[in-house]
Amino acid sequence: MSDREIDVREIIQNNIRNKKDIVNKIMPVFFFVMASVSVLTTVGIIVTLVVDAYKFFSAVGISEIFSTRLAPLRADPSFGILPLINGTIIITAIAMLVAIPLGLTAALYLSQFASQRVRKTVKPILEVLAGIPTIVYGFFAYTFVTPLLMSLIPALESKNALSPGIVMGIMIIPLVASLSEDAMNAVPEILKEGSLALGSTKLEVAFKVVIPSAISGIIASFVLAISRAIGETMIVTIASGSSKAFTFDITKSMQTMTSYIVEFTSGDAGSGTTGYYSLYAVGLILLLFTLVMNLIAQYISRKYREEY
Amino acid sequence: MNYQMESIKPKEVAHMKVKEKNKMLKIETDKKRLKKRLFLNQLFKNLFSLSVIFALVVLGILFYRIIADSIGWLNIKFITGNLSIFPEKAGIYGVIIGSVWLMSIVVPVTMILGVSTAIYLEEYAHKGNIQMFIKVNISNLASVPSVIFGLLGLAVFSRLFNLGSSILAGGLTMSLLVLPIVVVSSQEAIKAVPSYLREASYAMGADKWTTVRRVVLPVALPGILTGAILSLSRAIGETAPLVVLGIPALLLRVPSSVMDNFTALPIQIYYWTLDTVLTAEYANLAAATIVVLLLILFIMNSVAIVIRNKFEVKF
Repeated sequence: MSDREIDVREIIQNNIRNKKDIVNKIMPVFFFVMASVSVLTTVGIIVTLVVDAYKFFSAVGISEIFSTRLAPLRADPSFGILPLINGTIIITAIAMLVAIPLGLTAALYLSQFASQRVRKTVKPILEVLAGIPTIVYGFFAYTFVTPLLMSLIPALESKNALSPGIVMGIMIIPLVASLSEDAMNAVPEILKEGSLALGSTKLEVAFKVVIPSAISGIIASFVLAISRAIGETMIVTIASGSSKAFTFDITKSMQTMTSYIVEFTSGDAGSGTTGYYSLYAVGLILLLFTLVMNLIAQYISRKYREEY
Repeated sequence: MNYQMESIKPKEVAHMKVKEKNKMLKIETDKKRLKKRLFLNQLFKNLFSLSVIFALVVLGILFYRIIADSIGWLNIKFITGNLSIFPEKAGIYGVIIGSVWLMSIVVPVTMILGVSTAIYLEEYAHKGNIQMFIKVNISNLASVPSVIFGLLGLAVFSRLFNLGSSILAGGLTMSLLVLPIVVVSSQEAIKAVPSYLREASYAMGADKWTTVRRVVLPVALPGILTGAILSLSRAIGETAPLVVLGIPALLLRVPSSVMDNFTALPIQIYYWTLDTVLTAEYANLAAATIVVLLLILFIMNSVAIVIRNKFEVKF
């Protein structure tokens, strides 16, 4: 009798152990499968873009990219991507002219000059600026900044490259400011205090010690800002319009790669047409642009990082 | 001393006088230079503070303009009414419900995928190539422009899985977009759990899964929730991917299942802003919708801050 009892207990124990073993074996597999979804997303993005971009290029030929004529919906369609690349670069440049000087000086002020109290109140408010959805900035650019600029520059068209460029720059100020401030705060206090003790003013410490030491982080923040501006969609779609002309005139409407994608899909992109595949070709070029920027940023911050 | 005094010749005295004079001059110029340096310091301090002030002023104008435009338009009727082409009759009840439906997909999908990925990376994965690869992949995914996610959703969810521009297609696209944010914040939260808690759990005889479920996750929960809410506030304001999916401009029916077509708050703001050329009052409708959107975001962020301050355990 007692032998049997022990057997039963053992069976129960074994069952419990088996069950636990199974759970312990299944859970890592489950988590691995879930983690691979993020990899699958990347694969999905690359495959869809490359496959459909390939269909586009085999339909129109690769030299078409360098044409300056973009007319996807005409009877004799033409798919020159150069106007889009041109528009993207010009609007990004305007945004950077606003974001880089303002963001960098804001970071210098907050990390070198501002008192603890000012910093503690200002930083969360700047974060608010970064947290506002881009569609709200689009509305602001179109209904406030554009009319304001039109009263200053009469030649300005109601859809133009200048207004979204400026507003996008303002939107990116917090990104530049907080990333460069992080880089500046990473400079050891010893260096700053040593320089102050030798009689430097705070300005001299900022320009002769802090900026040279933090330069890799600061430049990386600029590059990330450029990448962000290239990928920005809603502000340009609303405020810059959809003119496909190849122009350098910032008072005129321009189209970026992102706004081409948005305009064309929300219009009539019949599946299987060359126009539909052109979306993916533009998307692929856009992805390459941002990817290159991110790689440059990672390279700079890794290669030129000062070790203390 | 005497010896030294005697040895000084008249010529040397003259020399010393010149030296003394030069020294005085140098102090004078030093004082001038110091003044200049201090002046520059003060000048640049003020200039730099101007950029901060500029950003704050723009923020103030932005809020002022939106609130001023929405006054008179934002009322109970606007929030509970249905969409209409007539500005006076338009309401955004269906739009709010659309956003809520969208979130009902995004929340469970991102929580399950994001937290599981974070647990895998922090607790289960061996330090090595696979872990590194997934981490690099996630950080690169975070910087892909949102409109590209729209193209992915259009090709895979809308066309391949034949979901069209339904809530499910929009929700899944949006989930993939904010997934990196949830993963990174959950990773931070799990990393902050001190290892002695895990070791204590193992010492009590718990196995890996029990430790993760009973010790790591409960301690990391406030951090995970904060990240989840922040990612959700990104998803609720994101426009581009939904426009790419082809969400219709004017939808009069309130959605009732995940397979229905829908419209969301940012989409409605987009179409109304574009159509201000046709009807000027649409700008007011867009502003009123923006106020609703910003209020929702404000409430969500406040909840996140409360959770972080109240429930986070410090070690």
